[in-house]
Formats: sequence, structure tokens, C-alpha cells
Amino acid sequence: MASLKIEGLGKTFGSVEVIRDASLEIHDGEFVVFVGPSGCGKSTLLRLIAGLEEASAGDIVIDGQSVVRKAAADRGVAMVFQSYALYPHMTVRENLAFGLENVRMKKAEIARRVDHAAKLLQIDALLERKPRQLSGGQRQRVAIGRAITRDPKIFLFDEPLSNLDAELRVHMRLEISKLHQRLGNTMIYVTHDQVEAMTMASRIVVLRAGVIEQVGAPLELYNRPRNKFVAGFIGSPRMNFVQGRLARVGEGDFDLACPGLGTLTLPRERLPLEAGAEVTFGVRPEAMRLVGAGEGWALTVDMVEQHGSNTYLHCAPEGNGEVLLHIPGQSDLRKGDPLRVRPIDGQWHLFDSTGVRLCAP
Amino acid sequence: MPEAIHAFVTRRRGGIRADWTDWVTYGYLLLGVVVMLAPVLWVALSSFKSETNLTEFPPTLWPEAIESVKVEGFARELPLFRVTRDDGTVATMAQVRRVGIEATLVDPANPGAGRIVVPIERTEAIRKFHLGTENYARLLGSTGGRIWSSIYNTFFITIVATLITLVMNAMAAFALSKYKFRGSEVALLAILATLMVPATIVLVPIYLIVSELGLVNNLWGVILPVISTPTGVFLLRQYMLTIPDELLEAARMDHASEWRIFWRIVLPLATPALTVVAIFSIMSRWNDFLLPLVVLTKPEVYTLQIALAGYTDENGIQYGMLLAMTTLTALPLALVFIFLQRYITTGIASTGIK
Repeated sequence: MASLKIEGLGKTFGSVEVIRDASLEIHDGEFVVFVGPSGCGKSTLLRLIAGLEEASAGDIVIDGQSVVRKAAADRGVAMVFQSYALYPHMTVRENLAFGLENVRMKKAEIARRVDHAAKLLQIDALLERKPRQLSGGQRQRVAIGRAITRDPKIFLFDEPLSNLDAELRVHMRLEISKLHQRLGNTMIYVTHDQVEAMTMASRIVVLRAGVIEQVGAPLELYNRPRNKFVAGFIGSPRMNFVQGRLARVGEGDFDLACPGLGTLTLPRERLPLEAGAEVTFGVRPEAMRLVGAGEGWALTVDMVEQHGSNTYLHCAPEGNGEVLLHIPGQSDLRKGDPLRVRPIDGQWHLFDSTGVRLCAP
Repeated sequence: MPEAIHAFVTRRRGGIRADWTDWVTYGYLLLGVVVMLAPVLWVALSSFKSETNLTEFPPTLWPEAIESVKVEGFARELPLFRVTRDDGTVATMAQVRRVGIEATLVDPANPGAGRIVVPIERTEAIRKFHLGTENYARLLGSTGGRIWSSIYNTFFITIVATLITLVMNAMAAFALSKYKFRGSEVALLAILATLMVPATIVLVPIYLIVSELGLVNNLWGVILPVISTPTGVFLLRQYMLTIPDELLEAARMDHASEWRIFWRIVLPLATPALTVVAIFSIMSRWNDFLLPLVVLTKPEVYTLQIALAGYTDENGIQYGMLLAMTTLTALPLALVFIFLQRYITTGIASTGIK
């Protein structure tokens, strides 16, 4: 159990800057997920914490002690690799015990810890098998078990579920969450899958191109993204972005002219707006409702996706990207049907030309 | 097992019936078997022939000997011949002596009856299959146990040198495949470049170094000069490149030292490539001739190959001993091949492809 503090961390490979000035504080017992598109540096950040990469700048502090110059083994962290990295020539038991043997732990204590981890992960029947005789899910458990036996202060997971099939992924996602509740350790988890991030994290760290874009609880990121990138990345299906111009800014409301869609009058909610400014209007597919004639945006259904429990309507307004609409349940609408929709008040966002979300002071 | 052999020798290129390409393939392979195996079998068979049988012309396929019999009045046994007498009758008689094209024979049952002289065209030796072990007995016995010391020397050199070669090559390969350091490419190229220097060219320099170190007539003088091999380093490096780095990183997080990673993770995982290198090393060490010939000059430190060459001297070639020893010398390698064949093929295949 431990807290982790990263201060101004940087990493360059040659002339390429992979992590730039990353600062972050993770509290004891938190489950933090690093998420971002591939190549954003999330795995590098994890490897820096693990000690597998050397930091070019900044400091890493675990439990008040700087570990940035310490070897990976001496940082008190354990890592679960994407490929599991189980030693293929050793049995599951030997895999679990290897790290403990290396620190010359007593045999009895090793056996106790291995048994404890095996029971916890329900792999006690597999202890004498070799990794190649295990299924993907079982290998995953062994990899986690290897981390548990070492009793680390912090668990690090590097995209541990990406090699599993969809069904198993959902299952293991739950198991890892349960494991976190049971062990109560600090865990850091890297994924490119924002669904994993949303469902598992107590806090999410969104990265883009080596920069931490936003840190916060899943719903905080979902409801109050700091910028357009986070807004687009968190949430599935993705948030709709529509180009618009502030045609009129009044005291209590304003007019947003959206080419190809029409003009909306929206409550201002003390937002710092400037008449005539070009903005990006963001609204999630489920944050819109169908309205009667003469109101809201005019759209034409371009494609209908029936999921049974949900219906997604794809609309392609002329000259203004694409708008996706979520309707709970099933719908009779077909391709070519005209629609009128309006964003639900309080569930839309405005981003300025640099992509930063406008919010009330 | 019989089913397996049947399945193996009737294997076809797809299809239910044998294609003409199958016949060509089998014909070609059979030719290879004959060309490769016939001399070996000939040596093995001939090693059981007696000295007379060996120098006979035309040679016999199987080891054979002329039957002989003890005849009263003669100190040694006389060979038996089937003789056509002047009157046309055929009798079995013992040959006393042969002068030019005439043979003097005597009736073994009744030596007192007198001798007859017939031209040798009318005599025919009575032969029997005879597996002569005397070559082996002489080889192992009469040389005064020197052969045993040669066997020991060869085994010692082969085993010790192979073990050290494996460890040294594997360590070099580990460094060249898993560590990023300035000059690693140059180091690899330098190692590979030594392949282009023929062994005979460095023979004299090696001898000078060995003699400066006082290792002439010492088995270590043969073992040490070629302890690491460029092919071995390259083969192992290529194989180790396929071991995922994540395994090493996992081991590092598991508190394993680099030394322990090498022994506990990298070496076990490189077993297929190690086997190939081991086989190459065993073969070359066992058959090594030039370096031992130069470094080892006293009979007690001779290896088998040097001792083998010793059977050719100024008095001629002792074919019986030579053949027996050749068979004995080749036997361990044949066994190595038979038992490690599976590893050789899979090892070479996997190191070649990956």
C-alpha cells in the first residue's frame, strides 16, 4: 500500500519526446487508469514508474521516497505485462515462486505465499502445469498471481486484457476490480480501451502525445471534459462535434448558428461568450431529444443501427461532419426520414478554437 | 513402430497414388543413401576382416576366411582347397605350399599317401564366413593400453571444450542480442569476420601462443585456442533475439540479477540453439586433427585421431588396425546423431527461419 507522486517527469528517446513534464499524484489504495490512443506514451509512463525505463527528467516518489534512481526490483512495484511474460520453461508454481527465490526467502514462506495467491486467483489446480498448457485467461491469472506473491506496494498493469477475447475481457475486468477491492493496494492500469477505463478506474488519467490532458473520476471526465480531445476520447459512442458560430450572445441565452443544421437558442449559463466567435459544439449521442417541428436542428436519417435495446441514427448534415443520435429502445425511423432534435439543457459543451472547453467562471 | 516406419517410407507428395515425382525423389534419396552409407558400411565390414582377407583380390563383401585343418607332421594349420585331380575327380585337400602357379597339396586324412602338385587354376579355396575380432583385440590389447589414454583424451577434450564453448558462446550471444551498447554491431561484425580467416593460417600463431603459455603436450592447449566459435555466437544470438524482452524485464522486476537471468531464463529458453551448437562442437572437437597434431606430440596425450594417423607409418599401413579404429572412432558420433537427430533438425530449422 502506497502513494505515488510524479513530478515533472520527462522521457526522451533520442530526439523524440515521449513524455513531457508529467505531474500526478496517486493516493493510497486508488485504482488509476492511464488511457489514451496508441502512441500517447501511457505505457512509457508506466514503464518509467516500474523502473524499466530511465527518466530523462523529473522525479518519482513512492511513499515519500524518491525511487527515480532505484532499480526496478527495489521500487516495491510489481508489473503484469501485456504478453503476460510468464517464463515458458517453468511450471506455474515456479513462475510464482521465482521472484521470491531471488530474494532468498524461506521455502515455507514461499509455499505459503504461492498457495495464498493461487487460492485467491483460483489457479491452485494448475500449479504444476507449464504456461503453454494454459488458456489465455488462466495465463492472465498466473501473471497477476506472480505480482501478488511479491506483495508489492503498487501493482502496475500494462494493457493486461488486450490479448483476450471480448467475453473473457469483460469477465477479467470484473475480476481485477474485485481483486482491487479485496487487496486494497494501489493499482495503476494502462489501457487504450476507454470502456475499461470508465468501468474500472477510481480515477482516470487521459494522455495525448506524452502530455497528461486531464485527471479525474470517470464521470467527472465524462461530464466535464477539459478539452475537445478528452470529450471525444471518453465515452462510447463518441461525442458529436458540430462547427458553429455564436450569432447572438444575450444576457441569459445565446444563438448558435450551425451550418447545415440550423440555429439553436441555448441558455447561456454564465459562459464567457463573445458574439461572432467560431466554436465547436459538443453533445453526446444520448444527450439529445426529438422535438416537434420548428424547434432544434433539422436532420435527415442517413443510416439506422438497430441494437435491439438501443437504436443509433447516423445523420450527415451538409458541410458539418456527422451527427449520431441515440434512442433508447427500438425505433420505426428509416433512412431518409426527417428529424428534429435538440440538445438536452446542461448536457452540451462549447469548445473554443483551441479545443478548450468553455466553462463558467 | 512398424506402422510408423511403413508410413515414413511410403510417404507421398499428396495424392493417393505415387506420382512420378515421388519415384524421382525416392530414387535421388536412395542414391544419396548409397553414396553416403556404402563407404561407411564397407569400413565397418572390413574392420572384421583378417589381414589376409583384406589384401585379397578380388575383395570379398563379407569377412571371410579359408578353412584350415591340422595335419599331422605340419606345425601350423594348412588351408583347405577343393582340387580337381588329373583324373577329373574332385577332392578336398590341404595346401602345403604354393610356388608360382603350382600348388602342392596333401590329403589331410592320410598325409602319408604323398603329395600331389596341381596348377592353381584347378584349386579352389574353401571359404567360410568369419567375423574376425582380432583387429579389435589387437587394437585394445597389444598397444599397451595406449588406445585407452587416447580415448580418454578425446573424450576429455570433446566434453570439456563443448561445455566451455556453450557457456562462452551463450554469454557473448546474450550480450549481443539483449543489451544495447555502443559498438555491439561492430563487435558482432568483428566476431563474424573471423570466419573469413582459414584455420590453417592461424595455426602457427596459435601454436606459438600455446607454447608460450607452456601448454604444449597439454590437453588444455587444444581446448583453449578455439573455445568460442563465430558460428556458435551468431547462431545463439539469432535465436536469443526471438526471446521476448518482456521476459527479461519481468525477471528483472522479480529481483533476478543479470547473471541469474542468463542462467535461469535465457539459457533454458535457448536450448534448441544450444543443442545445435553442442552438436557442431562435439563433431568438430571429436574429428579435430590439425591442432592436436601440432600441439600434442607425446603418445600419452594423443587423441584418437592422432593415434589413428599413427597406423600409417614407414612400414606401410596396418589396414586391420586402421579400420577397427576408424569404426570405433566414428561410433560415438553416429550415436550422437542417432539420439539427437530430432534436436538437430528442429534446431537447425528454427534457427534458420527465425
